[in-house]
Amino acid sequence: MNRPVDPMPLANVSRRALLQGLAAGSLVIAVGLPMPAEAQENKFGADGMPNGWRDDPRLFVAIAPDGAVTVTCHRQEMGQGVRTSVAMVVADELEADLARVRVVQADADEARYGNQDTDGSRSLRHFFRPLRRAGAGARVMLEQAAAASWGVPAAEVRAENHLVRHVPSGRTIAFGELAAAAAALPVPARETLRLKDPKTFRYIGRDTIGLVDNRDITTGRAVYGIDARAEGMLYAVVARPPVFGGKVRSVDDSEALKVPGVIRTVRIDPPPIPSEFQPLGGVAVVARNTWAAMKGREALKIEWDDGPHAGYSSDAYRAELEAGARRPAKVVRTQGDIDEAMPKAARRVEAEYYIPHLAQSPLEPPAALVQIRGGKCEAWACVQAPQATRTRLAERLKIPEADVTVHVTLLGGGFGRKSKPDFVLEAGLVSQAMDGAPVKVTWTREDDLHHGYYHTVSVERLEAGLDAAGKPVAWLHRSAAPTIGSIFAEDPKQELPFELGMGLVNTPFAIPNLRIENPEAQAHVRIGWFRSVSNVPHAFAIQSFVAELAHAAGRDPKDYLLELIGPARILSPTDIGDAWNHGEDPQLYPIDTGRLRRVVEAAADGIGWGRTMPKGSGLGIAGHYSFVSYVAVAAEVQVDGPRLIIPRVDIAIDCGPHVNPDRIRSQMEGAVIMGAGLATSAEITFKDGRAQQNNFDTYELTRIDSAPRDIRVHLVGAGDYGQPLGGVGEPGVPPVAPALANALFAATGKRIRTLPIRDQFVA
Amino acid sequence: MVKLTVNGVERTFDGDEDMPLLWYLRDELGLTGTKFGCGVAACGACTVHLDGTAVRACQTPLSATAGTAVTTIEGLSPDGNHPLQAAWRDLNVAQCGYCQTGQIMQAASLLRETPNPSDADIDNAMSGNLCRCGTYPRIRAAIKQAAKGARL
Repeated sequence: MNRPVDPMPLANVSRRALLQGLAAGSLVIAVGLPMPAEAQENKFGADGMPNGWRDDPRLFVAIAPDGAVTVTCHRQEMGQGVRTSVAMVVADELEADLARVRVVQADADEARYGNQDTDGSRSLRHFFRPLRRAGAGARVMLEQAAAASWGVPAAEVRAENHLVRHVPSGRTIAFGELAAAAAALPVPARETLRLKDPKTFRYIGRDTIGLVDNRDITTGRAVYGIDARAEGMLYAVVARPPVFGGKVRSVDDSEALKVPGVIRTVRIDPPPIPSEFQPLGGVAVVARNTWAAMKGREALKIEWDDGPHAGYSSDAYRAELEAGARRPAKVVRTQGDIDEAMPKAARRVEAEYYIPHLAQSPLEPPAALVQIRGGKCEAWACVQAPQATRTRLAERLKIPEADVTVHVTLLGGGFGRKSKPDFVLEAGLVSQAMDGAPVKVTWTREDDLHHGYYHTVSVERLEAGLDAAGKPVAWLHRSAAPTIGSIFAEDPKQELPFELGMGLVNTPFAIPNLRIENPEAQAHVRIGWFRSVSNVPHAFAIQSFVAELAHAAGRDPKDYLLELIGPARILSPTDIGDAWNHGEDPQLYPIDTGRLRRVVEAAADGIGWGRTMPKGSGLGIAGHYSFVSYVAVAAEVQVDGPRLIIPRVDIAIDCGPHVNPDRIRSQMEGAVIMGAGLATSAEITFKDGRAQQNNFDTYELTRIDSAPRDIRVHLVGAGDYGQPLGGVGEPGVPPVAPALANALFAATGKRIRTLPIRDQFVA
Repeated sequence: MVKLTVNGVERTFDGDEDMPLLWYLRDELGLTGTKFGCGVAACGACTVHLDGTAVRACQTPLSATAGTAVTTIEGLSPDGNHPLQAAWRDLNVAQCGYCQTGQIMQAASLLRETPNPSDADIDNAMSGNLCRCGTYPRIRAAIKQAAKGARL
């Protein structure tokens, strides 16, 4: 089904000015919370993001006299391959030879580059077209310069593979020789640009492009935030309140200061509430090296005031969420009348699911270097949100934003943790206390697990009424989980539209009577984005419940899922209760149940659905729409005593056209493994307000010997560049856990309703 | 006073000999290819070779390095073209890349002892090295490819 894509609207000055004004006054917009109604009208995609987008070739392309092309990447690299993909897009439209393209990372500067928040699986979704136009604009300038130098009509010349050819005569000039003349030409008007016919793409859509950072990564030369260095650099670690909202009552640093290499300690004030991206406060130990700083921190004697959340314990909190989920609550979507339909149902099924807190724990913990010289602040940091980092540094250090520079390093994983620049502000505050000396703050793994912005914790309660044929006629879902909004507002208790829109309200099932409710839940820790965010609990509950209903109805779970999805049809997200739709236009990005069906079928076909399984083995399936892409996972599990083995997983994604298929595959492979980790072993629990897991010995992530052995990625619906792009970084994760739980049920008859699975299947 | 060689260069360290080799390499020598991930030998990001054998630099005090030869990722091969490094690039193994230097050092130690490792050998040797991005299938494939390359 080809849906024509409207051309990207021309930049609208007043709209952009409006966005910038709003963004300056309120970070709420920068983080994807709902915009005020007057700003919301017709603002979708990159237009709906602070500072929008730019497509000016001068910002993104530079060509040296020797022909070397430099592409500026304004999106942050954290493993999704964006630096490579951006280079592919620009080089393709530019007709550059990718081997002669180098990528430099943009500093934080949204007024210059447009939005830089690298989250929401939207780097290519939002910037594919602007970057194509940047490359095409530069190509046109080169062609015009060549035509002028030959005195021939521009229509007679054509750029191809790093040179411009005069077609009638066959004469050529290299890009490098044209660079100076081309740079002096006006930038061609957007509406005059001729983009390439996708059939002539040389890099876009190709599966064999080497990563631009491959050599640096494999030789240890790649620089992450934790690797930043400066002349005379000092090293710091911070002792933070063990309970969120706590503060230092008293500190005795006399023993710490005796540790060789320790220079001094610095107090950091506790944050206001809501704490947003501000540091948690505490005591920093500054030293000549990281080890001395860590030893000094161990020697601190601090008495803490634990504050209002000292009673937070996961067991009690779960009971609280369950109680909330068993009572009527705020209705967030309703259709038909479940009160009428539910009692009449031939059969009723209900289930409650629990999905715990998680820590993103990128393997590079938060770390940043900041120095302040001559009143100017310079930071090197692994951040997903460079502009927010810059703005918050300026505010907190009381330095004009123009005098704050944020250089973005590679990120050693992000997964949402590094959208929050609290750790950069710590380095800034400590540097300021040290007269501007360069200070690198490093978080230990214990710091990361104890002081995180945790994935929310959820109780998802589902009830369904089935008719005599086993088909659901009534559906009630209550989702209780503390909201990410709690870091931006004082004590909100309901999920926000962007959380509800992550696979909760927008359940695309053909069920006549449906109600979705959101009980209140108070946050007691910092809640933050974790890869795929609320899609994780919502997909786990819904896709598990579908398999439970299939079992109750005596039906095959895959057939039953397809029947619930219903026939192929186009649904407007707004018609099924979701005005958010991952920030995208419901016209351009409707929910296409045909695409959801196709990925479910592709995953099922891939794994050989329906084959006879040996005792102790089983297949499970799940499908989910998120970040405007469609993903299904079919999993095979095998139980061997206390061991859960995952021999094979098939994952099918329809994300529209492919820019970098190899990175789509790698994101799906990684999503399966991260999804398996959160399904089987990962959990952060709290007792007396304190996180109970200290390091990777107790916060257990998937390792090579427990990872799914054979992961097959199926790219569905490739090649139609008339379709808009979907997200890739996050949509792979949500269907993994329910597919595994469903497979485990098929293998053992044990239904998992609490994550992680651990050894719950052992009789 | 500790004397050791790092990537073939003789070094003398005169400080807290309890300091893990990791921080000496990173903070004192500026060899930041060796990564910090956990500090408790639970992730393998800091894997280096001590007299040719893979160790966790975060749990190796400098006192234990006296008289030894330390090899880091920066010294694994003179041109960065060790068969594992080449295979890692050929298969685009990395996502964020942060753990990969430790993975490569661990895999290099494995191939030295077991030139043609089985899947079980790879599991045994590599299960101490975490990858949060989930690149394990490609790590496994790259080790096998490098092993074949080494045989030729």
